[in-house]
Amino acid sequence: MTEILIKNGFVVDPLNKIDCQKMDIAIKNGRIVEKVNEREAKIIDASGLTVMAGGVDLHSHIAGSEVNLGRMLRPDDHVKDAVRKTALTRAGTGYSIPSTYVTGYRYSKMGYTTVMNPSMAAMKAKHAHEELNDIPLIDKASFTLLGDWWFALENIAKGDLVECARHIAWMIRATRSYAIKIVNPGGLESWGFGRNVHSIDDKVPNFDLTPRDIITGLAKVNTMLNMPHTIHLHTNNLGVPGNYKTAIETMQALESVYTGDKPIGHITHIQFCSFAGDNWAHFKSGAAEIANYLNAHNHMTIDIGQVTFADTTTMTADGPFEFSLYELGGHNKWVNSDVETESSGGIIPFHFKKKNAVNAIQWSIGLELSLMVKDPWKVAMTTDHPNGGPFYHYPRVFAWLYSRKAREATLKKCNKKAQRKSLLPTLDREYTLYELAIITRAGTAKMLGLKNKGHIGIGAEADVAIYNINPNTTDIAQDYKPVRKAFSNAIYTIKDGEIVVKDKELVTIRPGRTMWLDVQTKEPCRIDDELKRKFKEYWTIEFDNYPVTDHYIKVPEKITIQASV
Amino acid sequence: MITITPKRKFDVPIQAACINVDIFTGKTLEDIKKLAITEGKENLTLNDAFNITEDKTVETPNITLIGDFSKVKRIGQGMKTGEIIINGNAGMHTGEKLAGGKIVVNGNSDGWTGSEMKKGLIEIHGDAGDYTASPFRGTDTGGMKGGIIIVDGNVGSNVGCYLRGGTIKIKGSAGRFLGHHMSDGTIYIEKNCASRAGTFMTGGKIIINGTIELVMPTFTIDSIKPKVKVDATLNAPGPFYVFLGDIAEHGTGKIFALKTTNPALSTYEKYL
Repeated sequence: MTEILIKNGFVVDPLNKIDCQKMDIAIKNGRIVEKVNEREAKIIDASGLTVMAGGVDLHSHIAGSEVNLGRMLRPDDHVKDAVRKTALTRAGTGYSIPSTYVTGYRYSKMGYTTVMNPSMAAMKAKHAHEELNDIPLIDKASFTLLGDWWFALENIAKGDLVECARHIAWMIRATRSYAIKIVNPGGLESWGFGRNVHSIDDKVPNFDLTPRDIITGLAKVNTMLNMPHTIHLHTNNLGVPGNYKTAIETMQALESVYTGDKPIGHITHIQFCSFAGDNWAHFKSGAAEIANYLNAHNHMTIDIGQVTFADTTTMTADGPFEFSLYELGGHNKWVNSDVETESSGGIIPFHFKKKNAVNAIQWSIGLELSLMVKDPWKVAMTTDHPNGGPFYHYPRVFAWLYSRKAREATLKKCNKKAQRKSLLPTLDREYTLYELAIITRAGTAKMLGLKNKGHIGIGAEADVAIYNINPNTTDIAQDYKPVRKAFSNAIYTIKDGEIVVKDKELVTIRPGRTMWLDVQTKEPCRIDDELKRKFKEYWTIEFDNYPVTDHYIKVPEKITIQASV
Repeated sequence: MITITPKRKFDVPIQAACINVDIFTGKTLEDIKKLAITEGKENLTLNDAFNITEDKTVETPNITLIGDFSKVKRIGQGMKTGEIIINGNAGMHTGEKLAGGKIVVNGNSDGWTGSEMKKGLIEIHGDAGDYTASPFRGTDTGGMKGGIIIVDGNVGSNVGCYLRGGTIKIKGSAGRFLGHHMSDGTIYIEKNCASRAGTFMTGGKIIINGTIELVMPTFTIDSIKPKVKVDATLNAPGPFYVFLGDIAEHGTGKIFALKTTNPALSTYEKYL
């Protein structure tokens, strides 16, 4: 392996409390080291440039059956953005749902090196892994949808959390996944019968349970298993006006599980569940209430799910939500499905428009939340790709966060009613580069429990991004456009000590790893005849064929965890 | 006037969106010869595949194409002004996204002719293929917005899908799914129309002078009209059965079917 020395860059590394200090970063054997032999190392002159750890995205739908279904549904999306092959890269298509290779290329060019695929139906895990194999350059992992998993629900209803934990550990291993994803708990099970749950205390059909029980139960299970990430929660009532109350109730429900050391829950794309008002006509922002709650409590983290005003494709496992979105009208084509006993899914092409009051308020809510939650370590920047906008629109979101001027320029073009309702003119906060590094790499890596990612201290994985931003000479808030441009294409991206982007162009294509957890419980999960019988009766896949086997993952990275049960 | 003739017979499709008056304007003959096209996966210049001559004495038409252009795609794509005459067959996507000017095909044209067109005129003196005046697959907002397409011969299936404005006049017959998903605009057919015309339509007019194979069950009889206006220059004499639909889409589109050529539709009269 070559040795690399990045000289004289302005290093921004929040996990090691380094804020724009001029220093050298040495890389050897894929790790950050103290020093390298200067005469033998490859020298990168980063003077006048900003050096950060490679970006870590904790919520981006990049692979899986729903993503692929979205691709099939939208040839019109591909024709807008056809990507030609080059000597190095393969051809593909882009826009809202880029093909696998293009996903890897674009993330890498933005300086991102780790991406989490946050929604994987257990039954479709094999497909998801095959697609992840084809995404080059970035490390990735998937979260399995377990919020409506029958056996988990049964065990929670029985009150047997220990057995539930062992079962979840088995599932995490069987699907080669990284965390517990909960989508509209109870709602997806209800959707199998054409119903939904409308509060966290509604009854789930056929189970003696409420969403509250599922959320708190799985949060406890998550702690028992010593999982690196918290539960990854998509709340009930997503996308319904007035749902900020549900989001707050959900967070309050989790207070009882909190032991005081580290967060125990993560609410994802919280913008979509911070709606106030009784109906769409009186739609307004509930960001202030959510932000106040988060500022007063430490047991939750969030990511934003920012809207970027794009012609995008919404896709989620929350089938009932997508159905209500369809009912709002104006849609040409859509998909809604029930993934057997496990989950559901929906896909609707959606164009977020500045002139639409609701869309513009949604845009405002995302930014209000990011700015009003005081501690950046609680916030992660996402667009819930592709729901709020494609991931390569992130630099636009950065600009809105670090520059009041950029926000105002966009707000001026928005719907008048939305402008009046927006809280943005009252918010003076502008993110610094340090805070921006927190919400895009340091904080997200911390939330995910990835100890060797998100920072460039000694021993960290050598994932580095170098951007053309000189913090000494540029006022990023005033000069937001060049900085935005700099973030959209890193000068250098280094992945595992290998230069993959040089002078803004891809120079090496290498596979990324797929991380998965091997959670070792003290006693194995009970695989009894009853479980096998259910598989035989209700699933289309035999139990023996169900788990993802090793050969499905090309470059696996097994992370072994010792559970406390 | 620029005259373009093929140097040889083409086996694989040629993408030649550069054959466009807007692009030719202001360029010398030498510059025009160097314009890029692709033949299959090969990158070529216009001169590699075509003979190009210039006649400075003639102003209009601006471009004349002589020969078989049935493998040449995207002629006049996105053109805003000027006139192209094709003496021969034209390939797919001829006049796609046309925003003005005129394209005349003295021969047949292939699929997606006049796709997503906004303004201007396309005259086809032969047959037109499938998806004439229809947008790219899967596009719901890209239908033809304005302008006129006149076809002397027959058209294929899925003609005028997602139509949002403009007029399509067909002197021959039309295939299936005519005016599928259309929301506005007019389609006029002098001869017969295959089944499933107007599925999903929410507005606009389809006028059929010949027989209609099948009126979809989601259409309901509204009235009998003595005549119907096609455009400013043409009133089609009736009487016509007027059907409203597509009810499954809460649509208020209209299908006009001539009474004399459609005796089978007389059963609908009892519902009037």
